[in-house]
Amino acid sequence: MVRRYLAALVAIALACLVPAVAAALGKPDLITLGTQIAIYAIAAAGLDLLIGYTGLSSFGHAAFFGLGGYTVGIMAFHAAGEPMFGVIPGLTEAWLVWPLAIAVSAIAALAIGALSLRTIGVSFIMITLAFAEMFFFLFVSLKTYGGDDGLGFRRRNAIPGIAPRDDVAFYYVCLTALVLVLALLHRVVHSRFGRVLQGMRQNPRRMEAIGLATYRYKLTAFTIAGAVAGLAGALHANLLRFVSPDMLHWTMSGDFMIMVVLGGAGTLVGPVIGAAAMVLLQSWLAQWTEHWMIVMGPILVFVVLFARRGILGLFR
Amino acid sequence: MTLLAEQVLNGLQFGVMLFLLAAGLTLVFGIMGLINLAHASLYMIGAFAAAWVQGRTGSFALALLAGLAAAAATGVAIEVAVLRRLYARDHMDQVLATFGMILFFNEAMAMLFGRQPLMAAVPGWLGGSVEFIPGVPYPVYRLAIIVVGMAVAALLYGLIGHTRVGMLIRAGATHRDMVRALGVDIGLLSTGIFGLGAALAGLAGAMTGPLLSVQVGMGDRILITTFVVIVVGGIGSVRGALAGALLVGMVDTLTRAFLPGLLKSVMVATEADAIGAGLSSMAVFILMAVVLLVRPRGLFPAHG
Repeated sequence: MVRRYLAALVAIALACLVPAVAAALGKPDLITLGTQIAIYAIAAAGLDLLIGYTGLSSFGHAAFFGLGGYTVGIMAFHAAGEPMFGVIPGLTEAWLVWPLAIAVSAIAALAIGALSLRTIGVSFIMITLAFAEMFFFLFVSLKTYGGDDGLGFRRRNAIPGIAPRDDVAFYYVCLTALVLVLALLHRVVHSRFGRVLQGMRQNPRRMEAIGLATYRYKLTAFTIAGAVAGLAGALHANLLRFVSPDMLHWTMSGDFMIMVVLGGAGTLVGPVIGAAAMVLLQSWLAQWTEHWMIVMGPILVFVVLFARRGILGLFR
Repeated sequence: MTLLAEQVLNGLQFGVMLFLLAAGLTLVFGIMGLINLAHASLYMIGAFAAAWVQGRTGSFALALLAGLAAAAATGVAIEVAVLRRLYARDHMDQVLATFGMILFFNEAMAMLFGRQPLMAAVPGWLGGSVEFIPGVPYPVYRLAIIVVGMAVAALLYGLIGHTRVGMLIRAGATHRDMVRALGVDIGLLSTGIFGLGAALAGLAGAMTGPLLSVQVGMGDRILITTFVVIVVGGIGSVRGALAGALLVGMVDTLTRAFLPGLLKSVMVATEADAIGAGLSSMAVFILMAVVLLVRPRGLFPAHG
């Protein structure tokens, strides 16, 4: 146990060194890459609560990621122009906008989860995918907020004491968020609630037989995961200062799933490694060829067939 | 009234298209327990093969044949090479592996044919329109699609309900291991069913060519609508796939055609257009939500 905490501390310390390394190598885009990894890792770790611990293969996680992002985008849009519906003013302060983004995603997850969790197995996969696609079409058709083209805004959300254009500071903000989310999820999966989730993955019928309302537990887990994805989406919108329907595209949901499984599901650390592997692999392959997906696809098939426990599984 | 009749026919045509895709997907799920996202790629490959052959030879009949054959061959190849190893795995693994295949096939098509959409022409002998409902001229080509789709539905009904192969298919869906124990080569049966589903997807793709542009990723969106069809109809049941496909096709087409107009009677035109477009693209998902609330297992569940 002590060794694990030590490993976590070392990993955090190494992550803190990224900006220094980037400066030393003269490659500032490494910082953006690191920020990207931290943000995806947040969303993927949340999804791991569903896939790895509860045994729910949600294929619609991009919906909550996108909703979080659009909350930031839309609030910035109204802060710069007219209030929403003429009455609701826009917002730019991070301490107001980010909790709002989390809340919006959590409410959406509660609604989608309440419907989707009435089914199991393959229907659940298809239904979560379909609901995410519904939100995708919603934002494509909202011409006020840019429709297909997406919505840009000038400044990141204001955090007291941090300059909005400071990429290094923003990296540390995202890294802090990741560490906090991981700590929170760690507490969750080791609580009684977390034990119930794992019990439902292993044997849902037995959990019901001993008198637990499994539906409520699943719905709570689904909502938590959605809220975490909302935070990731809000950070992602801030990183790019831009949101578009691409954030809700179904391939994004697929990417989050890949991160979880590639790193190792049911570990929380696995999705972080998976996110890093995915982002680095993509940017590395993209240097070689614009057709990087022709390599990525078979890698994925290979991992599923032969490395079932993900990257973490190789070290065990 | 004319417009309504025309849109109902359009809805029927879209529904038939969805059925061709949903039938293969639901058969494969019902018997092998596999969720196959790469079905979207088979549809795309069928469309590309058909458009390419039609561009080369000018013959639509050859194009249809090419689309069918290319999709079926690809289907059998991926079944033998990869997918049969996944039948016993959980759905998560199946989703990820077939998602990887979509990435591969999309990129492969982009490298072969470029990202510019291909256009296929409506063949001369199916051109023009007929007035089979008085006062409603309707394109012959779309009518032909409806006829082909209905014929396929009838063929599948006969095949599954009234032949020896169909008996094995039904038995395989209920007790796969028992059928194997009785000495049936279930591996061969699985490959055959997969090939059949792939051929239907290829047929749908080939017929889509002259209606929509043939482009990379064209299968992805219709795949998700096909999932809605399967959830609405009841997973694993071909009858459910037909009912779900027609219902979804109709709802999608009719809301797209009439919802903006209806909204215009109660609000400002520009807002009505925007909200109408948004709502109508969400309509089939709302339909799915309602079906889930009332009948969580779909309208025609496969077993019990």
